[in-house]
Amino acid sequence: MKALELRGVEKSFKKRRGEVVRALDSVTLSVGKGEVVGILGPNGSGKSTLVRVISTLVLPDSGEVEVFGLDAMRHPKQVQRSMNRVSVEASFFKKLSAMENLLYGAKLYGVTSAEARPRIKEILDNIGFASKRATEPMEHLSRGMQQKIALARALLTSPILMLLDEPTTGLDPRSKKDVQAFIRRIRDAHDSSILLCTHDMGEAEELCDRVGIMMDGKILALDESEELKRRFATDGRVPTMEETFMAATGYSLEEASAEEE
Amino acid sequence: MRGNAKPPWLIEMVAVWGYVQRNFFLTKRYFMWEIVWLTFTTVNAMSITFIGAGAAAQKGGGAIDVSYYMTFLLIGALIWSYLSMIFDILSETVQWERWEGTIEYTFMSPTSRVTHLLGMGVYAIVYGILRTAIVFGVAILAFDLDLSNANYGAALVVLAVCSISLVGFGVVAAVMPLLSPEKGQQVTYIVSALLLLVSGVYYPVDVLPEWMQPLATVSPVTYGLEGSRAALQQGTGVVDLWGSIWPLLIMGVVFVPLGIFIFHLGESYAKRTGKLKRSG
Repeated sequence: MKALELRGVEKSFKKRRGEVVRALDSVTLSVGKGEVVGILGPNGSGKSTLVRVISTLVLPDSGEVEVFGLDAMRHPKQVQRSMNRVSVEASFFKKLSAMENLLYGAKLYGVTSAEARPRIKEILDNIGFASKRATEPMEHLSRGMQQKIALARALLTSPILMLLDEPTTGLDPRSKKDVQAFIRRIRDAHDSSILLCTHDMGEAEELCDRVGIMMDGKILALDESEELKRRFATDGRVPTMEETFMAATGYSLEEASAEEE
Repeated sequence: MRGNAKPPWLIEMVAVWGYVQRNFFLTKRYFMWEIVWLTFTTVNAMSITFIGAGAAAQKGGGAIDVSYYMTFLLIGALIWSYLSMIFDILSETVQWERWEGTIEYTFMSPTSRVTHLLGMGVYAIVYGILRTAIVFGVAILAFDLDLSNANYGAALVVLAVCSISLVGFGVVAAVMPLLSPEKGQQVTYIVSALLLLVSGVYYPVDVLPEWMQPLATVSPVTYGLEGSRAALQQGTGVVDLWGSIWPLLIMGVVFVPLGIFIFHLGESYAKRTGKLKRSG
């Protein structure tokens, strides 16, 4: 049984002037148990819609989404219980402290304060987050620290599937490295399967077992990063991930982002 | 935590407490705003109560029982403050989360929507009682009120039943921002204003134009006020308040499940159309 399996998932949105945007176009992909799969794509390629569909926040028009064999549309509660998500913007109550946000997040998954507190301490210690700062309002913390708290909140409910939607976008280089190191630790130490959406080629290559390239709502290619690169080799030279992306989509990541916007 | 072995009902109860505690934390963090709103509500209730004294001072106003009329107005102001607070907190369930940017996190959590709305309802009632009690305490000190016959127990029973039907009403209104992220919340303000207009908050319902009076019969606030005023001003007991209580019970039985059902439909619509998102 796969941790996550999508088969022929389609999703379109109607815009105001009657225009229809196809956000997901026959998306088929799977994530094995304990596997980290990266989806590489520009802004507007459908990565976030993909994550929203899996996390039951958007209902697909057609296709199937299964999480550990459970149909996400038919059994949303069981599916929600097994996963957690970190998105590009850390979704927190800004005035509440990190601790208050974490306790609230834990309770939504049935974890009491008494159960959560020692676990929060352990996780914060692991990520090098000073405990005394946990009582400060979230709005006083840097984006990097907020993102670490978002990862801690996700870990707190011990998800067996983690959805990471551009968790390092907009972070300064130091924070980015810290967050990536944290993801690496989750990958190594926890029995979680991870879907990582990013537009950072290096991040995808370094953290993921397999990498997919997404554009216009379609997964154009999905394979181990070395295999993916070899697929687009010319004259015996294995291209970089960036060149692979360009070969697969016909655009550089920047051009593709501008195109999608 | 993985393998959470709690029975499902206990998991839901932990989440109910999570919503109540979160709202308490937010109230604590926005403390200065609480002071502002408490001051506003108190001053507003006092201003309205002084209309009673003002009316008696007008030409031909000598026939007015000033103390009774001021008590009538104050009860209206207090009960409206309490009930509208419940309505507002419930109806802002979605909009508040959207404003904070937490809507997606909350809506992808595994606890049921009934649990979510129950947590919001419990907090709204407790918060409303505390705030109204403070305003009432100030009013008692400021005015010579005619509460000599007051049956506080009966008034509380009426308000308790009314609170439940108002929660149902608020849940129906809460769906609006799911249907229209940009304009939905404004619609709930219109509903709140209409409740104020037709429910006899500051005047008896029968002074309204005839075409407007049927609207009062579907507002839980009408019965909550009628019952509370009878209990506090005439000392009417619970048994004799049955005429106010039974419509509230029926409204509670109808509005709460109906509200949850409509909210469920609204949530499904928002998930189909992609409106369950941060930005509104």
